[in-house]
Amino acid sequence: MSLVSWHDLAPMLPEIFVLCMGSLILLVDAFIADRHRFVTYAATQLTLLGAVLLTAQGAHGETVTGFHGLFIEDPVADVLKLMLYVSISAMLVYSKSYLQVRGLFRGEFFVLVLFAALGMMIMISAGNFLALYLGLELQALCLYALVALSRDSAVATEAALKYFVLGALASGLLLYGMSMVYGVTGHLDLSGIAGVLAHGVKDHTVLVFGLVFLVAGLAFKLGVVPFHMWVPDVYQGAPTAMTLFIGTAPKIAAFGFVIRLLAGGLQPLAHDWSGMLVILSVLSIAIGNITAIAQSNIKRMLAYSTISHMGFVLLGFLSGNLQGYGAAMFYVLVYVLMSLGAFGMVMLLSRQGFEAEHLDDFKGLNQRSPWYAFLMLILMFSMAGIPPTAGFYAKLAVLSSALDAGYVGLVVAAVLFSVVGAFYYLRIVKLMYFDAPSDPSACRAHADVGVLMSANGLAVLALGILPQPLMALCTYSIWHSL
Amino acid sequence: MDFETFVFYSFGAILVASGLRVVTARNPVHAALALVLAFFTAAGLWILLEAEFLAITLVLVYVGAVMVLFLFVVMMLDLNLTKLREGFWSYLPVAVTVAALMGFEMTTVLYGRSFGSQGATEPAGYSNTKALGSLLYTQYLYPFEVAAVILLVAIVAAIALTMRHRKDTKYQNPAAQVSVKRQDRVRMVKMKATPRAETLESQE
Repeated sequence: MSLVSWHDLAPMLPEIFVLCMGSLILLVDAFIADRHRFVTYAATQLTLLGAVLLTAQGAHGETVTGFHGLFIEDPVADVLKLMLYVSISAMLVYSKSYLQVRGLFRGEFFVLVLFAALGMMIMISAGNFLALYLGLELQALCLYALVALSRDSAVATEAALKYFVLGALASGLLLYGMSMVYGVTGHLDLSGIAGVLAHGVKDHTVLVFGLVFLVAGLAFKLGVVPFHMWVPDVYQGAPTAMTLFIGTAPKIAAFGFVIRLLAGGLQPLAHDWSGMLVILSVLSIAIGNITAIAQSNIKRMLAYSTISHMGFVLLGFLSGNLQGYGAAMFYVLVYVLMSLGAFGMVMLLSRQGFEAEHLDDFKGLNQRSPWYAFLMLILMFSMAGIPPTAGFYAKLAVLSSALDAGYVGLVVAAVLFSVVGAFYYLRIVKLMYFDAPSDPSACRAHADVGVLMSANGLAVLALGILPQPLMALCTYSIWHSL
Repeated sequence: MDFETFVFYSFGAILVASGLRVVTARNPVHAALALVLAFFTAAGLWILLEAEFLAITLVLVYVGAVMVLFLFVVMMLDLNLTKLREGFWSYLPVAVTVAALMGFEMTTVLYGRSFGSQGATEPAGYSNTKALGSLLYTQYLYPFEVAAVILLVAIVAAIALTMRHRKDTKYQNPAAQVSVKRQDRVRMVKMKATPRAETLESQE
């Protein structure tokens, strides 16, 4: 029996490529002087481009497994991975000058980002508890280190420690839940577990007991109430570039994790886990939106807004059918676009020795730079869910799937709380357009950041007017994968 | 009660007691030593389950390497325990309630259930290590490699977080020391010879 065949390796070419390039960059970077660090930056961007090409070339619209079912390559994995590369690439462009000014533009940053990307790809393509868990740990370890990278900042170190301790606790919960499910079904393989569960098991109580721990671990990683306490502290304490990273790509990976685990392996238990998700999602939407009102720090405000958005994503899972999963996938992709733009704007307004962290820093942005103010307006409208932006359509799709599943009261509550949430998004619009700026100078940005920011804001608008192509892509990939 | 059950319960009791000791001991060194005992008894339980390779690995890796390092760290850090213990009594009622509730719920769910692994005794000459090795390098090669990447990330992260170039450190450059020439160290100065006694006289 041969150890590994081409049949196993072919679907995971993007992963192998990212791993090799990450190691290569790690080696080459050691010999590069600080003033030539853009070589590392360019190599990282090229790696992501190569991964895009390899993933697109390998996407055939069918499910391929490798390594005895440990690795799955299907349309959902392809779409999520492509969005992952795009978001990481945009993150690098947005944070380039921010990192340079703060002395964080170092080789380790790029290496850790690439390895985190690898971990997320492994999570998205996992077909087994082991692969899911190892991918998650690979990603999480990179993120802890990235948050702590600015080690002279006490706030960042505190954020990293909180993130690390709570992340370790969540991993423990996940592993305990996995061990319970393994104990009952005798399988680590997600398809094997689904097979056993479809025939029914005699020890249903223990299975649900394990499921509670799995869902709690997942909730920690997604950052939904009541497992959300780390989110605001980490978002606020981490350097904004790292906050941008934590707020975007890992959410795609977490969505992949939930799809693989709940919709893939534990789909026969949908009746049990949807009840847990109801509580998580309604609490997240309520507490996220209400607490965000009281924040004066924009990073902290966006952290609470993330919590409520993750509540909406879970709302899509409640129905337990493919239409709902498609809506949740659309929501995650749109959320990542909005989050990229919003945190990118925070970094755009920051400069040497100044962090545009407070809401007051957005005062009178319209007089300083009308175009950026307009883009931020689109992003805030989209986060609030006001038509004709993408956020509106995403909320509509998720809510209608929950409505079809019969959760009328929950949908009404979600709509009411998102109206409450509209207040703090619109407050930023008010600050930008109706208040006088404290510093009248226009904000300067490099050409690449300006172009990307415009593309990002306009994409959110375009997806709101023409949501069908992306929605069709999400529905297609979900239908052909599960 | 046969001998095996007796051994199981004694190891189990020691494991639970030492686990409690880890979190209750006042002295951190005692806590670390209690953790060593917990690992030892856990290894004993694994031997009882005929998982001898895992048991030996646990002793070698955790007791032998990880805990020794841990003890070094605990001894070198000057921990201010009174500050860490602040607020212990005020949190205690809530913590005990939550823990007791959780413990009660978990016991009621799991009590008296078996996970169906009993009675699977392997024939004589069966090598646990060999079976584990062949699985690890064939069926589970992929997670094995991912674990290797995680270790690489751990190295990169540890170095990135702890190494810093200090401008003010005094250090030797061996290459410069070896390639030094006589001219770099000794300077020959030509001076005109003048009788010393005369200068003394002229000053007087």
